[in-house]
Amino acid sequence: MPPVQVTGEVLAVKKVGAYLSMTVVAPGIAEQTRPGQFVALAVGGAESSMLLRRAFSIYAVRERGIYGGTVEFVFSVHGKGTEWLSRRKQHDQVDIVGPLGRPFRLPTRPASCTLVGGGYGSAPLFMLADALRARGCRVDFVLGAATTERLFGALDAKRMSSLVAFTTEDGSYGERGRVSDALPEIIRRAATDVVYACGPMPMLRAVAEIAEAHGIPSQLAVEEAMACGIGVCMTCVLPVRGDDGLTRMLRSCVDGPVFMGESVRWDALGAVPADCVGAPK
Amino acid sequence: MTEVTVMPSTAEPDPASAVDMTVRLAGVTLPSPVLTASGCAASGRELDQFFDITTLGAVVTKSIMLAPRSGRATPRMAETPSGMLNSIGLQGPGIDAFLDKDLPWLAERGARAVVSIAGHSVEDYAKLAARLRNRPGVALLEVNISCPNVEDRGLVFACDPDASAAVVTAVKRAAAVPVFVKLSPDVTDIVNIATACVAAGADGLSMINTLLGMVIDTDRMRPALAGVTGGLSGPAVRPVAVRCVWQVHQAMPTVPIIGMGGIRTGLDALQFLLAGAAAVSVGTAVFGDPGAPVRVARELSRALADRGIERVADAVGLAHRPGAPQLAAVAGSEQPGDPEPPAPPQPETPGPVSWEDA
Repeated sequence: MPPVQVTGEVLAVKKVGAYLSMTVVAPGIAEQTRPGQFVALAVGGAESSMLLRRAFSIYAVRERGIYGGTVEFVFSVHGKGTEWLSRRKQHDQVDIVGPLGRPFRLPTRPASCTLVGGGYGSAPLFMLADALRARGCRVDFVLGAATTERLFGALDAKRMSSLVAFTTEDGSYGERGRVSDALPEIIRRAATDVVYACGPMPMLRAVAEIAEAHGIPSQLAVEEAMACGIGVCMTCVLPVRGDDGLTRMLRSCVDGPVFMGESVRWDALGAVPADCVGAPK
Repeated sequence: MTEVTVMPSTAEPDPASAVDMTVRLAGVTLPSPVLTASGCAASGRELDQFFDITTLGAVVTKSIMLAPRSGRATPRMAETPSGMLNSIGLQGPGIDAFLDKDLPWLAERGARAVVSIAGHSVEDYAKLAARLRNRPGVALLEVNISCPNVEDRGLVFACDPDASAAVVTAVKRAAAVPVFVKLSPDVTDIVNIATACVAAGADGLSMINTLLGMVIDTDRMRPALAGVTGGLSGPAVRPVAVRCVWQVHQAMPTVPIIGMGGIRTGLDALQFLLAGAAAVSVGTAVFGDPGAPVRVARELSRALADRGIERVADAVGLAHRPGAPQLAAVAGSEQPGDPEPPAPPQPETPGPVSWEDA
C-alpha cells in the first residue's frame, strides 16, 4: 500500500519529559504502519511561510477506535515549525503524509534483539519490540540521553525487555555515560544476535561499530534533514554501500530510514566519498 | 459492517469543469497547463502514489546528464522565509539508466514527459538530445542551461547569450521534439538571453530556474549548505519569476513560455498565465504538499471559470492587453486549497540471521 496524504484531526498533545507527543486521527496511515516508518507533517497552515514538511518517526498506532486509526509521534520543539505543532489543540486539523520509509526488518527465527535508543530517537523502537516479541524474539533495551527528562520510553522499555540499561550524560538516571558505554555489556549478557538502533548519527555510528566488533548485524534508523519525506527532493541523502560493493548517495526517506549498520559509509557522512558512483572527478 | 452508499451528486455541474484546460506548446497538445517542475518530482513515480500523474500536462523530469552523478555533499537544504535553498548538484542516474527504467515507466504509465537535460559542454547537450530521439513518451525537451549548483557557477550557459545559443543550436540539430530552454533569473537582461535562444531555434522558454542564494548558520557560524551557495525557490521568488515571464512575453509574444517559480495556488498559476506563460510548473510546493499539482490545476480552472474565461489559452498574456475582461466580483474564487499477520513460529534454526519485511 502506498503512503497517503490525509487531513488528520489532533486527538491529543501531551508533554512527555522534555518532549511532546501528538496523537492524530489519520485514517489510512495507522492501518499500514510498520515499525521504523515515519510521518511527515505540513506546518503553519495553508498560508505558512514554512514550506517544508517535518518528519517524525511513528511511536505507536491504533488501528481502530471510535475515531478510526490513530498515529502517535514524539517531537521536540527546536524551531518555528515544531513550535507551531506544539500549539495544536484537540480537534485541530493537520496535513499528514504516511507511512513513509522502509521499516525495520525482522529476523526470520526467534533471535536475541538489543534495541538502542538515544533521546526521543527511541520512539520507533517500542512498536518494533512488540513485533519482535510477537515472533518469539528476546528483547533487551539500552536507552540513553543527556538528562533524565530527555530519556524517552523508560517505562515501556522496562515493561517489554529482559534486560534494560539506561545511561544519562549527567548521571541523573542509570549509568553516567552514553549508550555505547552500556551496549557491550548487554550484548554479552543477552548473547545478542541483532542490534536495532535509532538516534543521533554519532550514536548510530558508535552502535554500528560496536555491533560490527561483536560480529553481529545492526539495523539503524537514521535522522537526516528532509524537505519532502517522499523521495523527490534529494536532500536527505547519505553514502551507503550496496550489495554490489558500490557506494551511492541514497535517500534516507525512501531507501531508508532503516539501513544496515555495515552498509553506511560512516567515514564519509556529510561528504561524497571519492569512490561513490558519480562522484565529482 | 454497515455499507455506506455514496449517491452521485445531483448538484449543478461545476462551471470549473467546463473550462477547456488543453494547451498547445509549440505544436504539442497537453491536457492540462499544469506540469511538475524539474528537480521537484524526480521522474514521476513517487508522486504517482499521491495522484494520477497522467492528469498532469506533463511530468518534467529531474535534469538528466550523460553519466551518473552523485550530487553535492550534505547539508543540501535550508528552509528560508517562504522558500528554500537547495544545493543538490544534479544528482541523477545518468541517461542510460533513465532510458532503461524511468522513461519506459512514464511511457507505459501513459504520462507525457518533458525531459530536462543538463551537461557540462555543448557536446554533452547534443549527445543527450540524440539519445532521446524517437523515444516513446517524450513530449518536449527542456534544456537546463541554468542550474546554479554546478562547480563552474560563474560559467553557466544561461548567463551568456552566445553560450546559450550554442547549446540551443546543437540540441535543435539533434532533437526530434520541440525544445524549451530553461533560463536563469540571475542575469542583467533576461530578454537578451531569451532572444538569443529563440534566434538559435528554441521552440519555447521555461522561466525561471532558482536564484543563487546563501544562508549562514549562526550557531555554527558557517554557511548552512555544504555547497556554500544554493538555489532559492518557493513563493519568495514568485514576483521575480512573474516579472521575467512578463518581460519576455512582452518582447516575444508568440514564443510559448512555461512559467515557474513559487507557484502554490491556482491564483499563483493564473498570475503566470496572465503575464504570458502558456503553461506552468509546480515545483517546491510539492515538497510541502505532494498533491499540489492537481490542487493547483483544480484551483486554476475554478479561477478561470470565475473570470468567465472558457479556455485556459485565452488567459495567456491577458494582463498585457488593456481592456481585457476583469473579475467583477469574486465569490469564493479560491479553494485553498494492514500490518502483515504475525508469521507462524519458525523452527529453531541455527545460523546467521536473515531478514524479512515486518
